[in-house]
Amino acid sequence: MTGYSIEVPGGAAESLRLRRHRTLTLRTLGPDANVAMLIYALDDPAERLNVPDTLKAQMSAHIKPPMTLMSDMGRALASVTASSLDWHDAITGHSLPAAVERRFGPSSYAADRNDWRRSARFGLLTELWKHGLGARDLHANINFFTKIAPAGDERGTLAFVPGHASEGDYVTLRAEIDLLIVLSTAPHPLEPAEAWTPAGVRLEIAEGPAPAADDPSRNWRAETARSLELAERSYA
Amino acid sequence: MSDEFVLDDIVEAGDGWIGEIPAGTLLRITDLHGNQAVDTLFYDALDYANRYSAMDTIREQGAVYLTTGSVLMTVNCDPLATIVADTCGRHDTLGGACSQESNVVRYGRHTRHQHSCRTTFVRKAKEWGRGLEKRDIAHNINFFMNVPVTEDGGLTFEDGVSAPGKYVELRAERDLLMLVSNCPQLNNPCNGYDPTAIRITGRRP
Ligand SMILES: [Zn+2]
Repeated sequence: MTGYSIEVPGGAAESLRLRRHRTLTLRTLGPDANVAMLIYALDDPAERLNVPDTLKAQMSAHIKPPMTLMSDMGRALASVTASSLDWHDAITGHSLPAAVERRFGPSSYAADRNDWRRSARFGLLTELWKHGLGARDLHANINFFTKIAPAGDERGTLAFVPGHASEGDYVTLRAEIDLLIVLSTAPHPLEPAEAWTPAGVRLEIAEGPAPAADDPSRNWRAETARSLELAERSYA
Repeated sequence: MSDEFVLDDIVEAGDGWIGEIPAGTLLRITDLHGNQAVDTLFYDALDYANRYSAMDTIREQGAVYLTTGSVLMTVNCDPLATIVADTCGRHDTLGGACSQESNVVRYGRHTRHQHSCRTTFVRKAKEWGRGLEKRDIAHNINFFMNVPVTEDGGLTFEDGVSAPGKYVELRAERDLLMLVSNCPQLNNPCNGYDPTAIRITGRRP
């Protein structure tokens, strides 16, 4: 089997291994979806996505194709090869249990069964613990399908952009090394919706080719190309 | 921690500092010679997993830069420190720390053996002991560093907000562990291409 697809409902969490050069497409199943994602090198999870390194090397405060997602060791963990959106947030974190309860009221398994409201932190930690990781391994996550716009003013004021993603929006990542991916589909903490109605996503895993010489990521910025080169060297 | 807490240290260019700061301390970091990035991490002194989180801090204040009034938050949204005075006016949350590996990505292989902040962070953390290691080095504050984020989502390292003698003062909101790297980066304007010493002072109000 070289590919599969699964649906993750809104407000849930998931983890998966993604082998080198496989692609992972996230496709939204409703409006206002958010996928908070953490990424680790499968062979040594001390090496993980480093958002500041990713942003400063590629001179962008948001994630878009054909950027690479860089580890703290300079390797491209994945390339963003395609997306229906040109902006995915990486600078506003994810929801915490106390904030979800403050906003939406108390919720528990006993009262709500499997519709109980679980924050992104709850879900991410649940998945991290399964892999021998935990709170110390939390790093700045990407929020796929969310746009938080900077005002460009003196304070660097930020504002959530409503309606940024609709049903059917997608983003495709190509693993550049073997990865452990942990994600949550809980709503973004700045999403202004009155009710807890998080959209789910479909995860489509497929066999992909290695990045060719004319790959857009390799030919975008010298920094992006060097991150791909460092990833390739670990398999040389 | 002691009631007579007094701190007055000079940290040379490329050096680091690690130590505990009791709750209530007024902590001042002074850019002695101007244009010097001071890469800084804070931890809850009683629970190092409850550490400074750039992204929780940014979200809770609804803005990217730090200045007077900014509350530095942990990963659990507990307040670590509040900026109570700031003669510089803007400090970076997004640039992270330089490392030997990110220097290779940004500037090329010839920078592989240049000194970097993450080298200092990990060395100081291991010297401190008590279980601190690389996975505890999260995304730091860069005091005195100017990393403008534009409306179209661009991000660059620029020069020019700090000057000799500018300082930032923080009130510790709980007992803290502070880890500092006085940035040795030579490849961008964050240190004016000439890293220099800083001063760290702490007193009880
Ligand atoms: Zn540095």
